[in-house]
Amino acid sequence: MTPTPLDADAPLIQLDHVHKQFANGTVALRSMSITIGEHAFVSLVGPSGCGKSTALRLIAGLTEPSAGRIIRHASLGTNNAIGFVFQEPTLMPWTTVAENVYLPLRVQGISRRQAGPRIDAVLDMVGLRSFSKAYPRELSGGMKMRVSIARALITQPKLLLMDEPFAALDEMTRFKLNDDLLALWERHRWTVIFVTHSVYESAYLSTRVVVMAPRPGRVIADLAQEAAYPRRDAFRISAEYGAFCRTISEQLHHARPTHV
Amino acid sequence: MSEPDTPALNIAQCRRARIDRALQIVVPIIVLLAALVAWEAIVRIKQIPHYIIPTPSLVAQTLIKDWHTLAPSLWFTLELTFAALAMATLGGVLLAIVLSMSRWAELAFLPFAVILQVTPIVAIAPLIMIYVDSTFGALLICAWIVAFFPILSNTIIGLRSADHNLRDLFQLYRASPSQRMRWLLIPSSLPYFLGGLKIAGGLALIGAVVAEFVAGATGKNTGLASRVLEASFRTEIPRMFAALVLICLCGVLIYLLFNGLSRWLLGRWHESELKGDR
Ligand SMILES: Nc1ncnc2c1ncn2[C@@H]1O[C@H](COP(=O)(O)OP(=O)(O)O)[C@@H](O)[C@H]1O
Ligand SMILES: [Mg+2]
Repeated sequence: MTPTPLDADAPLIQLDHVHKQFANGTVALRSMSITIGEHAFVSLVGPSGCGKSTALRLIAGLTEPSAGRIIRHASLGTNNAIGFVFQEPTLMPWTTVAENVYLPLRVQGISRRQAGPRIDAVLDMVGLRSFSKAYPRELSGGMKMRVSIARALITQPKLLLMDEPFAALDEMTRFKLNDDLLALWERHRWTVIFVTHSVYESAYLSTRVVVMAPRPGRVIADLAQEAAYPRRDAFRISAEYGAFCRTISEQLHHARPTHV
Repeated sequence: MSEPDTPALNIAQCRRARIDRALQIVVPIIVLLAALVAWEAIVRIKQIPHYIIPTPSLVAQTLIKDWHTLAPSLWFTLELTFAALAMATLGGVLLAIVLSMSRWAELAFLPFAVILQVTPIVAIAPLIMIYVDSTFGALLICAWIVAFFPILSNTIIGLRSADHNLRDLFQLYRASPSQRMRWLLIPSSLPYFLGGLKIAGGLALIGAVVAEFVAGATGKNTGLASRVLEASFRTEIPRMFAALVLICLCGVLIYLLFNGLSRWLLGRWHESELKGDR
């Protein structure tokens, strides 16, 4: 097993021997310990059912661990420090793109007029400024995902959690969104925890890949990727990228469930 | 998009869409008129006496001739129906909100709602007539009972059907219960509520008419059902038909009203009301 790399930057959030067992007895996570450093782009990779979503929900505070601790360091802050992007766009179909993006600020009691410039700014970031008055159903799958990302970014979170955000999209759209997400991240350097089941996606995006195995869900490898940013299409055919994909795949091989 | 014939194609397409929309209104009207003409013709040709089946034209004449007694009854029935519906909506929605907030409240109260729902209104109506002095009050309660349940059950389902990821999102941003209710649960439940309202609208009218039959109410201040009963005692068949036509019109009015409301509220976003290009 490769040595566990630690992120050079200050720790932002830490899972310390976290167990999660559901009421029906399923052990979704067993003794998961990872430390996420500031400004990192960490991917969680593993077969479905290995507890990736559960780990994200624990980090977001949407569910509590059955045992162990989740340490949120002071640098994370408290007020809307976390943005969440789900696998589905999860937009409110009854209202427009702008109103969907406004939601996190609306909950904070910020008036629509005050929020206006911030809404325009995040929609600009994801390239959807001209669609602010459209309804979600009028958008393509990729555009809806962009809206969902804009909504997560509007509170300027320290930590962005993404749960297989591009899994349902076609490959062309996925590559485009990968590049756009990376470009944004290079500029803003929020911390990202990105769940995916794609080896290639994780290798392309991340500074670090955490490989998980199911039954019970656990971490089996923690791999650093030193390749420099910006990473663009050329990186997809580099030897470095190929080698990293191989390493991740080998680790995932151990994670393969014995009976499928 | 740059082919020279594209605009012409679009105009042709728009025109076809317009004609299609017009036909949607015209066709049912033509068929209805044809049925009336056929009815008129058959009754005249077979010389069926008007005390068995009156012609549509005689019904129309009766409607005009007796308008001074029918109009107050029409008004009475409409008032009764809409009052019952308003009460059912208010009660149904409020109770749904309370029940959806607490499993225990639902466990405790839902059986009562179900018992009220499954007992035929004709069977309860006589009791209500005994207990409630005011005729209007008794009729109102009957119509309310039948209209209440679809609104309650649909709204409960609606409030529960909010997307679970959106619920998580509201939790993540620490939305208050009232923000969650106003911005997530109520909009999510709107299509279900409106579905319930459409059913309840029809049922409220049925409840109002049936209750009046059971009450056997007579006199000046009564609804269309009493006019039907009255006419049947006196075997004034055309008058019976005239009152019946008005009851039908009430039903159609309610149907159109709530369909319009539903289209207006959901037209931009909900699958059930989306139309046009896919
Ligand atoms: N609410 C729940 N109740 C019971 N079991 C659950 C629940 N959520 C997830 N699980 C189970 O926990 C395991 C991990 O699930 P999840 O975190 O969704 O995995 P992943 O996202 O990696 O596919 C799975 O076996 C799943 O069936
Ligand atoms: Mg998952």
